[in-house]
Amino acid sequence: MLDFLDPVILARIQFAFTVSFHIIFPAFTIGLASWLAVVEWRYLKTGKKIYQDIYRMWVKIFAVTFGMGVVSGVVLSYQFGTNWSVFSDRVGNVIGPLLGYEVLTAFFLEASFLGVMLFGWNRVSPRMHFAATIVVAFGTLLSSFWILSANSWMQTPQGYRIDADGLFYPTDWLQVIFNPSFSYRFAHMVLAAYLTTAFVVGGVGAFYLFRNQYTQHARVMLGMAMIMAVFVAPLQPIIGDLHGLNTLKHQPAKVAAMEGLWETQRGAPLVLFGWPDENREETRYALEIPKLSSLILTHEMDGEVKGLKEWPRDERPPVAGVFWSFRVMVGIGVLMVLTGIIALVLFWRKRLFSTRWFQIWCMALTPSGFIAVLAGWFVSEVGRQPYIVYGVMRTAEAVSPVAATNIALSLLAFIAAYTFIFGAGSYYILRLIIKGPGTPDTAYGSHGLQSPPLVTDLGNETKGGPHV
Amino acid sequence: MFSFENFLDLAFVWYGLITTAMFLYVILDGFDLGVGILFPFAPSESCRDRMMNSIAPFWDGNETWLVLGGGGLFAAFPLAYAVVMPALYIPVILMLLGLVFRGVAFEFRFKASGRSRKIWDYAFHFGSMMAAFMQGMILGGFVQGIRIDGRQFAGGSLDFLSAFSVMTGLALVFGYALLGSTWLIMKTDETTQEWARKCAKYVLIFVVIFMGLVSLSMPFINADIRSLWFSLPNFFMLLPMPVLSAFFAYSAWYAVKRQKEYGPFLYSLGIFLMNYIGLGISLWPWMVPYEITIWQAAAAPESQSLLLVGTVIMLPVILTYTAYCYYVFRGKTSHEETY
Repeated sequence: MLDFLDPVILARIQFAFTVSFHIIFPAFTIGLASWLAVVEWRYLKTGKKIYQDIYRMWVKIFAVTFGMGVVSGVVLSYQFGTNWSVFSDRVGNVIGPLLGYEVLTAFFLEASFLGVMLFGWNRVSPRMHFAATIVVAFGTLLSSFWILSANSWMQTPQGYRIDADGLFYPTDWLQVIFNPSFSYRFAHMVLAAYLTTAFVVGGVGAFYLFRNQYTQHARVMLGMAMIMAVFVAPLQPIIGDLHGLNTLKHQPAKVAAMEGLWETQRGAPLVLFGWPDENREETRYALEIPKLSSLILTHEMDGEVKGLKEWPRDERPPVAGVFWSFRVMVGIGVLMVLTGIIALVLFWRKRLFSTRWFQIWCMALTPSGFIAVLAGWFVSEVGRQPYIVYGVMRTAEAVSPVAATNIALSLLAFIAAYTFIFGAGSYYILRLIIKGPGTPDTAYGSHGLQSPPLVTDLGNETKGGPHV
Repeated sequence: MFSFENFLDLAFVWYGLITTAMFLYVILDGFDLGVGILFPFAPSESCRDRMMNSIAPFWDGNETWLVLGGGGLFAAFPLAYAVVMPALYIPVILMLLGLVFRGVAFEFRFKASGRSRKIWDYAFHFGSMMAAFMQGMILGGFVQGIRIDGRQFAGGSLDFLSAFSVMTGLALVFGYALLGSTWLIMKTDETTQEWARKCAKYVLIFVVIFMGLVSLSMPFINADIRSLWFSLPNFFMLLPMPVLSAFFAYSAWYAVKRQKEYGPFLYSLGIFLMNYIGLGISLWPWMVPYEITIWQAAAAPESQSLLLVGTVIMLPVILTYTAYCYYVFRGKTSHEETY
């Protein structure tokens, strides 16, 4: 049955699907955890109820998102083995410890203190609760440190040797962990996560302002989001440019695919749009700006940029996907920077919170961060093909000896399960948003009680002070 | 490059660490999966709320031990990870899907209202069931042995399926249900606690039956296991294991009967520990049963050494703050909870 299916393609589709699904949640929770820490700090500092309301609303959204992130992450920790067993066997010596450190330093921290963050209101002091929020935020950053180190090593491997048995052995851990593309990728991803969160929070704030609801809360949300848009959004293209130059140095074929350039040339044009055609080895209907690509990549008008024809066909990444994903990512980045500029102008004119078209603009950009993050990862991961460890090990060699039928069926199962869960999760998050901040808390579910004590025999023993 | 291979049998140290992590996973996620298995049988909706609340702050941390098990195996014994995962592909994927559904149910259930709440009640129950049963199947498939060729799995995708693995699957469902019910005895009161006592007694009978069946069939699976347990003087040296298991089962029964609060859970942990050690003795020194030893599967000494440093520092820290979290949420759970 189904013998015509290619296990390598199926394993790739399955992994791409489960990892793309997963990245949506960390992209949001990394930023949200840090932001919640800021909001809680403001609350402790000023004692204003408005910050408490905002915290309590968004921590629920955080919990739903984090829950989906956890379960989809557990899946990934086993999929290296189920889908890429040859890769796991050969590269385990190098990458295994990095993932081990991620679990030891980050996952336990997040998972354990999340319980305190969500359920600890009446059980720990406000300071301890704040500490729990900070610990969770720190855990999300540590987790991204290790996983991005592992991913970057697959992009720019160093600090290893390959023995006669075909296995990879570490020779220098610092070189492995701080491999050439790591710092750029880490900075780029953390900023992306912060911006993703900022645009979600800002979009929700704009939504309330638009509907003339919870305006005080909404001003805080939109205001804080726009601070990010003004100060952080412009940083992202700079980091992205440095990341791109680093990629040009280590993975020039990926850059050629991003640019849609086929011929190696001096004074290469920037292809704004076009249709990269792999059979004809050209980008059709290209709209170009002369010499700009050379200027961006080499910082010289006549610098040489390598084209895809430099590599044999079986060493080139799929071009169209990389080319288009890159444009989507950059396009959204530009919109984000533009948002910051508009916000600054409106703030100057004291109309930041009252301009209706800008509220619609911000609402429209609510999901933009997620799209940009996914597009950016497509550029990075598809652009690494046909290698799983760049230049050293091909993806086709890495696949598990599992029947194509099984992969196909489990892929269908994952698609069905994740679609259902994603739909439900989005629905509950939307409901939480519509319910709004500061509305009296009906207890868990539909009981209608207000913040009852967590545990019957400790009801009278709660520690004093205001609780978040 | 630093390495401890001259001072330590690294493979043995890591075998100890991974098996400990796996055991912690089994007992910790065991009780919250067990609560899921018993979920729909609870007498009322407010009982179910209490059950859910008794584990809501912990399940995420508990499940992280499974990630450590997977991640640790990948890091310390990559060959075993690379052989076992494809060999047990179907039950591993089904277990993961089960965990996905029961995991999101924690959050979704409390956000849902009315009829849609039922969906998550069942997602929680069937997800927990599926995860528990598949973990048992994985254990069974593992114990039966895995066919390999060179460094790769070379068997069929349904090799894991047998009467034995179905039996270990059922055994683990009942085992987790025992942990779940005794946890509820400890963490709840009134009707929920009374109901949990009834469950514990009922489930304990099945646990004893399955424990006997699995123990009796183990020696027929592999000649080495037979000769290990049934040759002299081994037989007498290993005799304390089954005797202790029987003692713990008996004590658990009486602790439930005498309405003890903590005893049932602690004795149930004892049953699990004895069975786990018994299994460990039978499978020693195989990392992939009857094909690859722990030393053959071991990662490079440099890799095992690097992670060992982190583990020695982090594991006590993790255990400390895990204990702190259990301390924060000590005592009986009410059925109303908010955040």
